[in-house]
Amino acid sequence: MNAHATVAPTVESAGAATPRGRRDIVRVVLLVTLVLCLVGLPLVADPFATTTATRVLAFALLAVSLDLLVGVTGLPSLGHAAYFGVGAYTAGWLSIHIGIDGPVALLAATLAGASVAAATGWLAVRSGGIFFLMLTLAIGEVLHQVAHSWRSVTGGSDGMYGVPATTVGGVDLANPGFLYWYVLGAFGVGYLLIRMVVRSSFGAALRGIHDNEPRMRALGYPVFGYKLAAFVIAGAGAGLAGGLLVAQQRIVTPDDLGFTTGALVLLAVVIGGAGTLWGACIGAAVVVLVRDYFGPALDGHGPLLLGIVFVIVVYVMPRGVAGVAGIRGKERAA
Amino acid sequence: MTAVLSCRNLSRRFGAVHAVDDVDLDVEPGARHALIGPNGAGKSTLLHLLSGVLSPSSGAVALEGRDISRLSVSRRSRLGLSQTFQHSLLFLSMTARENVALAVARRHGVRPWPRRRVHSAVADRAGQALGTVGLADRSEVPAGSLAHGERRQLDIAVTLACEPRLLLLDEPAAGMSPAEVERLGALIELIPPEVTVLFVEHDLELVFRLATTVTVLHLGAELITGTPDEVRASDAVQEAYLGTEGQHTDLFLRPEPAVDPASR
Repeated sequence: MNAHATVAPTVESAGAATPRGRRDIVRVVLLVTLVLCLVGLPLVADPFATTTATRVLAFALLAVSLDLLVGVTGLPSLGHAAYFGVGAYTAGWLSIHIGIDGPVALLAATLAGASVAAATGWLAVRSGGIFFLMLTLAIGEVLHQVAHSWRSVTGGSDGMYGVPATTVGGVDLANPGFLYWYVLGAFGVGYLLIRMVVRSSFGAALRGIHDNEPRMRALGYPVFGYKLAAFVIAGAGAGLAGGLLVAQQRIVTPDDLGFTTGALVLLAVVIGGAGTLWGACIGAAVVVLVRDYFGPALDGHGPLLLGIVFVIVVYVMPRGVAGVAGIRGKERAA
Repeated sequence: MTAVLSCRNLSRRFGAVHAVDDVDLDVEPGARHALIGPNGAGKSTLLHLLSGVLSPSSGAVALEGRDISRLSVSRRSRLGLSQTFQHSLLFLSMTARENVALAVARRHGVRPWPRRRVHSAVADRAGQALGTVGLADRSEVPAGSLAHGERRQLDIAVTLACEPRLLLLDEPAAGMSPAEVERLGALIELIPPEVTVLFVEHDLELVFRLATTVTVLHLGAELITGTPDEVRASDAVQEAYLGTEGQHTDLFLRPEPAVDPASR
């Protein structure tokens, strides 16, 4: 048994040396192709498709920020849409009443998402598991109710409408293609920042908390502070995503921060495979496409189709799209 | 010489049960201090009170003269008190190296952005720690795929990587084969002398091989503290283990002592 144990790793590393180099090249080529496709999309797609893609990007950033909580830290939240909505209302309100520039509105939305997450997170992250799920659900419902009742600011159930077109340096982004590139750029910044956090030593500590919280305490990590920090960073990402949402749809309704949105993001993360950020993006694309693109053709039965997709995903690929890709990758390496 | 760790009048009750009852304990610098006693004597509870997993009903714990009774597990760990657990607690989805790296990384400062130089320093230090416990060629294996004995080795590597001044080991040899116990003994002997070790252990052969001081607990109270020879010769200890007065079998030569029915 011992001999087997010592021999196995050396064989593996010697065999993997060349394929690993080739896999890196494949990865770079794939990445460049993906970026080119994303950037070139408005040049070939019709305006409706471009608009849908813009919504996918906003929703994908929301899913990525939630994945930091669910997949990395192990905190499944049902109320993450609350911070998305806070960001959307903040950016919308500032655009209507003060008429600030797009990027400044996005920054404000990010800060608003982070602040509200900090104010509510110190309560939520004290619990774990099902209690965390219920607490975040409750927090989300409270904020949903606030959005309904605080008519003077949010417009109540009519929503906050009449948000002017996003301007960057005084130039209107009324053209769906320009708006798409603007949202794509902001999405890229948000995605890369969250990816940086996940890959840092702080991200490793969050995975440690996911794996074994008591041991992290025994190693001297202040677990509560780390979970709160993760919650605030996720809230900031959700706030930015909300700012992107309002830039596209130019109206915010209480539904945008309600339970349905919160559940759909969680669904996106699970479909994509919790713990991999790009998986969350694919999950978000599936959810938005089924709901907004195929849904209308199905006579309003989009949610039904989503339900079927979800059941299939849970049975066929329990670790999501990313899980399937991961298995393929390992098979190729072996 | 002041004690590294001392506790005074330490008690912990679970309802009507006095699991730990008015215990005074001093652990001298550099000691290999063993805590033994029959099942239900309160050894693990006492260890948890010292590490902060449980809070005491009354009494105080001090680390190098500083009162730590009210500090959390993570604060105590940062002050230099590290522990391994009876059911070894590892990060099972991570490789052996990543497990140790988590312990090392905290000492290098944790940041939410990448720092290549620190990262490689942490990986090197983690590799060294794995080498010390004899897991150098297993560093890229997920902790969940390691054998039981290897997990114990990894557990000790992780704990040592915290660079503690005091190490608490909770039954390190539990569930090990004789060969693994032999290796564990050698491993504990490798722990640098400036690190003080307090350990709970059922394997009395291992206890008398390693310990410089032995404390015997019985029914939550301290029965005797002394050198291994003093403890071996004590009538009170014989009685606690066997429930019979004056019957001089050398019980410490047996691997598993008989258990006093009165001590549950």
